[in-house]
Amino acid sequence: MNSSGVKLSDEKESLIYNPKIRSIFFQILALVIVFGSLILLRHNTLVNLEDRGKSLGFHFLGETSGFSILPTFGTWVVGYEVGVSTYVDVFIIGILNTLAVGLFGIIAATLLGFTIGIFRLSNNFILRSFAATFVEIFRNIPLLLWLFIVYFAVLRNLPAKREALFFTENIGINITGLYAPAPQPLEGFLYVLIALIVGMVGCIFFIKWSTRRFLITGKKFPGGWLGLILLICLPLAIYYILGQPLNWEDPIFKSDGPVFRRGYQAGMGMMIVPEMIAVWAALSLYTAAFIAEIVRSGILAISYGQTEASFALGLRPGTTLRLVIIPQAMRVIVPPLTSQYLNLLKNSSLAVAIAYPELVSVFGGTALNQVGKEVEMIFMLMLVYLSFSIITSIFMNWFNSKIKLVER
Amino acid sequence: MSKIESNVEFVRKEDAPVLPPPINQVGLIGWLWRNGISSMINFSTITGSIQSVLMILLTVVVLYLGLNGIWTLVDFAFIQAIWSDADELKRLACATTLQGGSLPEEWFGACWPFIAAKSKLLIYGVYDIDEIWRVNLTYLILLVGIGWVVIEKMPYRFHVGIFLLVIYPIVAFVLLTGGNLEIANSTLIIMILVSLLISVFCFLIYRGFLGEGFLAAYTVFNAIRYLSIYITMVTIIFTSDFGLVTVETDKWGGLLVTLVVAITGIVASLPLGILLALGRRSSMPVIRLLCVLFIEFWRGVPLITVLFMASFMLPLFLPEGTDFNKLLRALIGVTLFSAAYMAEVIRGGLQAIPKGQFEAASGLGLSYYQTSRLIILPQALVLVIPGIVNTFIGLFKDTTLVLIISLFDLLGMIQSSFADPNWSTPVQSLTGYLAVATIFWVILFSMSRYSMFMEKKLRYEH
Repeated sequence: MNSSGVKLSDEKESLIYNPKIRSIFFQILALVIVFGSLILLRHNTLVNLEDRGKSLGFHFLGETSGFSILPTFGTWVVGYEVGVSTYVDVFIIGILNTLAVGLFGIIAATLLGFTIGIFRLSNNFILRSFAATFVEIFRNIPLLLWLFIVYFAVLRNLPAKREALFFTENIGINITGLYAPAPQPLEGFLYVLIALIVGMVGCIFFIKWSTRRFLITGKKFPGGWLGLILLICLPLAIYYILGQPLNWEDPIFKSDGPVFRRGYQAGMGMMIVPEMIAVWAALSLYTAAFIAEIVRSGILAISYGQTEASFALGLRPGTTLRLVIIPQAMRVIVPPLTSQYLNLLKNSSLAVAIAYPELVSVFGGTALNQVGKEVEMIFMLMLVYLSFSIITSIFMNWFNSKIKLVER
Repeated sequence: MSKIESNVEFVRKEDAPVLPPPINQVGLIGWLWRNGISSMINFSTITGSIQSVLMILLTVVVLYLGLNGIWTLVDFAFIQAIWSDADELKRLACATTLQGGSLPEEWFGACWPFIAAKSKLLIYGVYDIDEIWRVNLTYLILLVGIGWVVIEKMPYRFHVGIFLLVIYPIVAFVLLTGGNLEIANSTLIIMILVSLLISVFCFLIYRGFLGEGFLAAYTVFNAIRYLSIYITMVTIIFTSDFGLVTVETDKWGGLLVTLVVAITGIVASLPLGILLALGRRSSMPVIRLLCVLFIEFWRGVPLITVLFMASFMLPLFLPEGTDFNKLLRALIGVTLFSAAYMAEVIRGGLQAIPKGQFEAASGLGLSYYQTSRLIILPQALVLVIPGIVNTFIGLFKDTTLVLIISLFDLLGMIQSSFADPNWSTPVQSLTGYLAVATIFWVILFSMSRYSMFMEKKLRYEH
């Protein structure tokens, strides 16, 4: 159709110029190409699998596994036993170990990263240059190399199996791991946990209530402190009233007796394998360097006019930072920070290089070699990581809509 | 206005003497004051005093940690280090008396002769000794080319850049593998025929024999023509005999593998990323959805699973009988992975182009293809140079992961050289890691500086 009324071409050709028909044609073409190649891939895979005497299917998940896994958080939760536990258990252990190292890594990286990021903006020359060096060193060397340095060069120099380096009487470390007392809940410990939850709910309630009251009446009420007292004291009080229903099982270290019996005794206390420490330390240090840069650029993104305006209103530097700069900087910091957390979780898969039993290592490595179901197992691996990233992006969208500038 | 009497008592007759600036504003003291002291000596209030004391403590602790770290490094790498092994003692040159050597008991330093002995392995892998000039030539062309493009005063920078992206990979491939690829003659003839056919088709369109409808899409067909001719020519070059000895990729290693993986990944993912980015911004919902799915899938999984997929599953996906070598499989995985990241970087550049540019282009009557090629992409691609360099930095670090599927890159090479009993000492691993870390750090740090420089420059230009 020509709105100008000028006939540019005859009807048959104008079909090709019609943008709607063109676009539909290209879309159908794209779909045909994509589905065609997918069908081809599927066909090839089935033929190839048949050649190797394999078939597709998830029956292997119910079979029992025949290999041992390093005692870690996951094996402790699932209660892993060779020859009894199934491959589903192995899968779950992998996810739990990934999440465990990811969670501790995120906590450490955040604390360290924020500290270094703020140091980098300090007017103190020493703090500033320390932070800059930290960032440039940790960011510009591959994570896998850090993992190897921590694991092979640092942790391998720890005392041998029959000796130990003691931090306190009950906490020590040697080449087999870090040993600490293990908590053992006794009867009645459930009530302490309930008290803890009550304390948490109360804490949130008090903070919300006091903020609302402050906004309406302008009267201050120490809701945060009261909530904190509730959060800490209530469980503690219950704990002592019930007669301390938590037993600490100390690790046992023998320094005399027959030589082969010396050292830490198996099964006593809590043991953290050096692999986990190495992955945790490398991930935290490496990610902290990135978080520091995010924090720095987030704070720098807030124009200096905000600080000046705040000073002009009579706010002190500390208050300015807390009430004016940080709330605005968080809007810039949180989106890249979340993607760093996701990166940390994905990067924990490098643990396969030192055989810490996280998802890729234990399921994509050991179990895959035993079962040989490449297609299904790699599919499951990818699905787990994809769901991590989908959850993260859902959170991101929620957060962005929550903190979006409300334009009046 | 009355004239001001200049001989009134209270009017100054000469300038007041110029006072020196306050001592805490200039010179060394001023510098110290501005860079930390001011926050440490405020004892006028209680909170001020507490803050000052905490600040002093923090500074001292950080200073101690920093100096301690630097000293440990300098002591290990320079002061205590063994520099030469003139007597061919190998491991004994770096062993303490307890370990059979002659060094004192508390000695702890780097064993640089170990790195010197392994340097060939680290740079070339086990590449044939007689053919090493080919690797050196590849390195040299790359170095000169990159230097040329980076230095602003050089002429023909754009052309050298195109050479690096389009022709250099072919030259490098032939030099490194030796070319002489085996492909059935029939395949080659089919490829030549197809590109001839497309060319004839394009000629017919150009002359208007096929009607106006095709003439409108001439640019697209022309692009397909160039692409098919390029692919055919590349295949012909790869299959021709240049008189070079074939060197299997199993013999490659060290820096060579690191560079091959990183550079192939970035060069091959550039066109793929551009297409994906354009697709993600397309007005056609199906194309957009397909591109989003592709990008988000690869961005959502860790590189290791991609490498696992490439090494375990790729052979299953392909028709029976096709067998890839391990390096090529890893390259395909890395390329797909980095294409997704590249697409996002380029999309950022596309989004930065103001809408007026699109409108002006369509006002001039340019088609979508012409708008993208002549107006949008030239502007967007310059804008995203820092982003591309950052992606390259990430990819360069990620190349270390190929050691998990047992390809020996720089890190993999040093890791495997620890197994050599001739050099096994307690300091062996630390020395090796220190050397590799230094190489990585120098390359990555200079790249990140370049990216920051470009970012600043692009910001000033707008």
